[in-house]
Amino acid sequence: MLKYLTPLFLFIILAGFLLIGLKLNPKDIPSPLIGRPVPNFSLPLLHFPEKKMASANLKGRVWLLNVWASWCVSCRAEHPLLNQLAKQDVVTIIGLNYKDEPEDAKRWLKMLGNPYNASVMDQDGRMGIDFGVYGVPETFIIDKHGIIRHKHTGPVTADDISDSLLPMVRELQQETI
Amino acid sequence: MKSFYLILLLSIHSVGQAGVESREFNHPEQEKNYYELIDELRCLVCQNQTIADSNADLAKDLRRQVYEMLQQGKSPQDIIDYMLARYGDFVLYKPPLKSKTILLWAGPAIFLLLGLLLLFIYIRKKKSESSVELDQQQHKKIRQLLEQDEDS
Repeated sequence: MLKYLTPLFLFIILAGFLLIGLKLNPKDIPSPLIGRPVPNFSLPLLHFPEKKMASANLKGRVWLLNVWASWCVSCRAEHPLLNQLAKQDVVTIIGLNYKDEPEDAKRWLKMLGNPYNASVMDQDGRMGIDFGVYGVPETFIIDKHGIIRHKHTGPVTADDISDSLLPMVRELQQETI
Repeated sequence: MKSFYLILLLSIHSVGQAGVESREFNHPEQEKNYYELIDELRCLVCQNQTIADSNADLAKDLRRQVYEMLQQGKSPQDIIDYMLARYGDFVLYKPPLKSKTILLWAGPAIFLLLGLLLLFIYIRKKKSESSVELDQQQHKKIRQLLEQDEDS
């Protein structure tokens, strides 16, 4: 009896592993930056290149950093959601315009709407390396102390915003400095 | 035969590196460090390639970063620490041994031992099956049968 059941058990175990494998997202690599201070940056603004924004300017408030580019197709998918989020005006959204041409980027925002309080330009991808960016779009949540609390790789969905991003933002906004 | 060698040579070349930017190094050791590092760092976009093999934009940026840090006099360990702080253990093809990666390191050995164990059990089973003790009567009968066969 056991002889006949063994292959069945082996198959069930194998199927179990494959099932888990199906649900894993290989792009979802845990970031070592969670719980660490946001990397220092000082980069020109997309719309006012003569002005620079530094990470220190954002201390004391909860903010989202959204990595985007006009060449990024999935960014287009999440863009309407960011526009909606911006309309609710609950959190500062900073755009990191990653390895893009300023003209293309500005045209893109004009066409699809601009949810960002400001976008900084990272044309050679150096700030991207500091943030461990590897799959645009990416979204970070940074708390009032300038600590990275959450990272989302890939386009955010409506569920991601309502179930994880917004609750976390609200919680962090309760914190006192 | 000649064409065979040609194909062999070409195929060896094709596993070479995509990291083809011409770099100038201050001394040979720096060059050696550079190629060792880009061969050990994993490209996070195309996850089964090193940054030496990959042509992804991120791989190019990371190669540039490695080169610049070497030029600044940073040691290979500094550079590995720098990458680890940003991308985590995943960026290394040789991840450090710790509780999270223990299965990765011990896995092959565990499977080898498991295989050997199964093989051992299987062989022993086979052996005990084949060596059936015969009593004298049975021996006699076998001999008879064999002789019969020869006669006919």
